[in-house]
Amino acid sequence: MNLRRDVFQAIADPTRRAILLLVASQSLTAGAIASNFDTARPTVSKHLAILTECELLEQQQNGREIHYHINAKKMKEVADFIEPFRKMWDERFNKLESIMTKYKTKK
Amino acid sequence: MEQKTKINAEDGRQEYVITREFDLPVELLFRAHVEAGIIEQWMNTKVVKLESKKFGGYQFETSDPKGNVVFKANGVIHELRPNQKIIRTFEMEGAPFGVQLEVYEFEKLTDDTSRLQMHVIYESVAQRDQVLKLPFTQGINWAHNRLQDIAGKLK
Repeated sequence: MNLRRDVFQAIADPTRRAILLLVASQSLTAGAIASNFDTARPTVSKHLAILTECELLEQQQNGREIHYHINAKKMKEVADFIEPFRKMWDERFNKLESIMTKYKTKK
Repeated sequence: MEQKTKINAEDGRQEYVITREFDLPVELLFRAHVEAGIIEQWMNTKVVKLESKKFGGYQFETSDPKGNVVFKANGVIHELRPNQKIIRTFEMEGAPFGVQLEVYEFEKLTDDTSRLQMHVIYESVAQRDQVLKLPFTQGINWAHNRLQDIAGKLK
């Protein structure tokens, strides 16, 4: 089954956010990541699977080990998800400003 | 360059705050929020009804170029203090976002500049997040549609 994960759902979880923070500076194996949490190893594996599925994490095979590292491009996309909303208001307000400037002289 | 319009939306909360400074006297900034003819211009919508007073109501209707109504919104004004404050509800008709409570604070900075703070509160965190994501998702959809258009021509 191909579950299509929502990126925002993925980062809504505090453990998954902590994982992203961990691998932000260096790539780590699943074991190394799990050792930072009290949660059971399979739970961490599930979080890793979700993060990988929605492309926030990428896997890299190093010999026998698989390292996880952050997908910077995808992370930026998510960090900017409010930006289109901000831009929409910014454009509206710019318009408001230019319309009202015309009223200044008519005071 | 510093952004003129700022949004503060903290994780896991059902509200956000939009702040913007204007090169306008506060009186003009306020007028732009209470006069139908002006709202129509900057909000790009038709104002069907607007009673800018306490207990007043309003209705907006937006049509596409063919004249089909694509967006309807309405609300009730709870408080209206000229050049200072508007508290109103806002509801997008036929959308799953519920009713939002909007608190507009108008502030005079100098004779020619002013600040608007919009505090918007939703019924749930999920609803707030959906609204924040709306232009983001639309952007993706539009990009996707454009891609399909181009791909369609290649067939």
